[in-house]
Amino acid sequence: MSEQKQSERVPAKILLRDIAAKAYQKAWDAKNRGEKVGWCASNFPQEIATALDVAVVYPENQAAAISAKGGGLRMCEHAEGMGYSNDICAYARISLAYADLKSAEEMEMPQPDFVLCCNNICNCMIKWYENIAHELNIPMILIDIPFKNDYETDDDSVEYIKAQFDQAIKDLEKITGKTFSEERFKEVCEISQRTARAWLKAASFCAYEPSPLNGFDLFNHMAVAVCARGTVEAAEAFEQLAEEYEQAVKEGSSTYKGEQKYRVLFEGIACWPYLRATSTPLKEMGINVTATVYATAFGVIYNNSAEMMRAYSYVPNCVSVERAADMRVNVGRENKIDGAVIHTNRSCKLWSGIMPEIERRIRDELKIPTVTFDGDQADPRVFSEAQYNTRIQALCEVMAGNKEAAK
Amino acid sequence: MSNLQEKLAQLENIADNPGKQLDKLVAQGKKVVGCFPGYTPGEIVQAAGMVPFGIWGAEIELSAAKKYFPPFYSALAQSCLELGLTGKLDKLSAAIIPALTDTLKCLGQNWKVGVPNVPYIHLVHPQNRKIQAGVTYLAKQYRKIAKELSAVSGQEVTEAGLQKAIDNFNKHRAVMREFSETAALYPDLISPKQRNAVIKSGLFMDRNEHAKLTAEIIAECKKQEPKPWPGPKVVITGIIADSPALLGILADNKFAVVADEVAQESRQFRADVPKDADPFVGMARQWADLEGCSMAYDPYKKRGGMIADMAKKHGADGVIYLQTKFCDNEEFDYPIVKKDLDKAGLPSVNIEVDQQMRSYEQARTALQTFAEVISA
Repeated sequence: MSEQKQSERVPAKILLRDIAAKAYQKAWDAKNRGEKVGWCASNFPQEIATALDVAVVYPENQAAAISAKGGGLRMCEHAEGMGYSNDICAYARISLAYADLKSAEEMEMPQPDFVLCCNNICNCMIKWYENIAHELNIPMILIDIPFKNDYETDDDSVEYIKAQFDQAIKDLEKITGKTFSEERFKEVCEISQRTARAWLKAASFCAYEPSPLNGFDLFNHMAVAVCARGTVEAAEAFEQLAEEYEQAVKEGSSTYKGEQKYRVLFEGIACWPYLRATSTPLKEMGINVTATVYATAFGVIYNNSAEMMRAYSYVPNCVSVERAADMRVNVGRENKIDGAVIHTNRSCKLWSGIMPEIERRIRDELKIPTVTFDGDQADPRVFSEAQYNTRIQALCEVMAGNKEAAK
Repeated sequence: MSNLQEKLAQLENIADNPGKQLDKLVAQGKKVVGCFPGYTPGEIVQAAGMVPFGIWGAEIELSAAKKYFPPFYSALAQSCLELGLTGKLDKLSAAIIPALTDTLKCLGQNWKVGVPNVPYIHLVHPQNRKIQAGVTYLAKQYRKIAKELSAVSGQEVTEAGLQKAIDNFNKHRAVMREFSETAALYPDLISPKQRNAVIKSGLFMDRNEHAKLTAEIIAECKKQEPKPWPGPKVVITGIIADSPALLGILADNKFAVVADEVAQESRQFRADVPKDADPFVGMARQWADLEGCSMAYDPYKKRGGMIADMAKKHGADGVIYLQTKFCDNEEFDYPIVKKDLDKAGLPSVNIEVDQQMRSYEQARTALQTFAEVISA
């Protein structure tokens, strides 16, 4: 940061907000120029589209934004009117509704000319994108990442994933008329790595006591890690974010206002329709979120193409229960948590279906209390504020007792 | 009791009592491998000298499984796990649980943790199944599973042995396809419950023995002239259609099931394993060629059109979509299948089914109304 004073800089959080907006504007501009624009799954290897300079937008981001701004119920109900069960993932319902309505006041994005799907977060993604592709009569590219039972990804899977990368590049060239350059791909991979390292570094400051950040900040910044991780601007903004946290550690300041009495793991996707309702009780009781496996899921690290294939298979929802539990236990241990708040997310079958076992392992290994609450990432009908408050209170009491006993 | 009814009762008894059948097989000194939904490679199990045994849940109380699954999980997955956790499947030598859906991925992981005495065998069907890399990947998976099964049985799976098992299974499939056509012609002789029982019992038996008994049932039917059926004819589709209560409602309303597009039924035998110099590749090609299944990647959404063609071919008056509760793969398919059926001028009804259902009154009313509508 040499000559420029910290105070003169545009804060990283503003930069990050602008980058997300710019990424969507870029897609609108491409659409207006008559170029093809895609809808892309959050953990699809974005390196491919970025290297081809193909604009894509992210339905998961959009669904989160729509629900955070209060449009979740309206969109979910529209999808239900189309014949979709309310059991289906609310992101998918919102997205299917948007593809039908072509408008949502909370967040607009261009309609797709193709879809890029990757099932390393769930197979539900495949069904959702199949339906969009069919309804809009547009091509679909799928990268299928086999769900793992072993701790490590085997060579057979890597070979299969690699062949799909090659196929996806060919298909995308054909759809968009653009030409793939190996050199540009390498460059994008390097930038993505720089972004991922900076993002992970910024998130790692949660380990400090007190943490220089309110853990909920990560949910907000995550949009850039999803939609712009192949850009230099994103890398620089996350590097600046990390510097700001470093500075805050030196100054003893934090974006978390108030005393940080307890540190917790917040497990699961944020309850977007109730961000305030889920963060306020934590703040009132002096609880800061210092660990989350979700935010760091977008810090995909690799050194070569084989490692890249593997890295995309190690995202939290693609791994065995043992590895999934270790991810939580490790981040909890590194960030010195006193307890865990677990979101039983009605939308996410995969996440919720192994969470009871993971919860037992978190308790056993870290010897900490955990609580669960019922909610949903985007459908506001599932969450109960009273249940949430009671559970957080109960957690707080046990954490307080543990701290007292440790004195 | 006629010859036909005796033979039907024999298979119905097996379909209704899989636990007893498991005991019987084990008492005969056979090793038995649990084959969970769906597309579990029974041929490899047979080639390893063991009996593939279908595990498709049960209508039982859920208790132990609730420690692993949240309430919004399909009863099919929960009851499979419950059977394992409560020791009902201890006699299995292994359990093959494909990771075809998010629910099945979690069932596999929870089985591994909760039922360690019945070794879990993991199987991932590639979703990009039509490209060469997908076929190669699945063939390698099958080879890996063959080794795991050989270790359980002590009998090596050779290519020749596997080809023989594939031939056996293909013969069984041909008989089952013929049975489905026969049941459509003789609804006065074979009720919806009996049709299901004949098909379902095959999941619990040696396929050769089952093919022989089914062929005898077909022959008995064919001794008679088909009679015109006064009730509505339907195609059913879904994951499972084996609820006795539901099948009873179909019979009460004179529905004849003239064809099915059900995962537990015709999808198991709709297509043979194609011939290939490498039998493992042949098996992988069967998955690559499969169409119209909600668990297999299909951006063209062919299922609705396939059901419409099936209905036309069999002179069906309508389609019953049996929606397994909390099965999102099926829930995603429904609106598109419905549109395709509407386009084809075929009436359809969506009936939610669940192995935990206590009251079928809503289903009864909906099916009664549907029968009246399509018979009008």
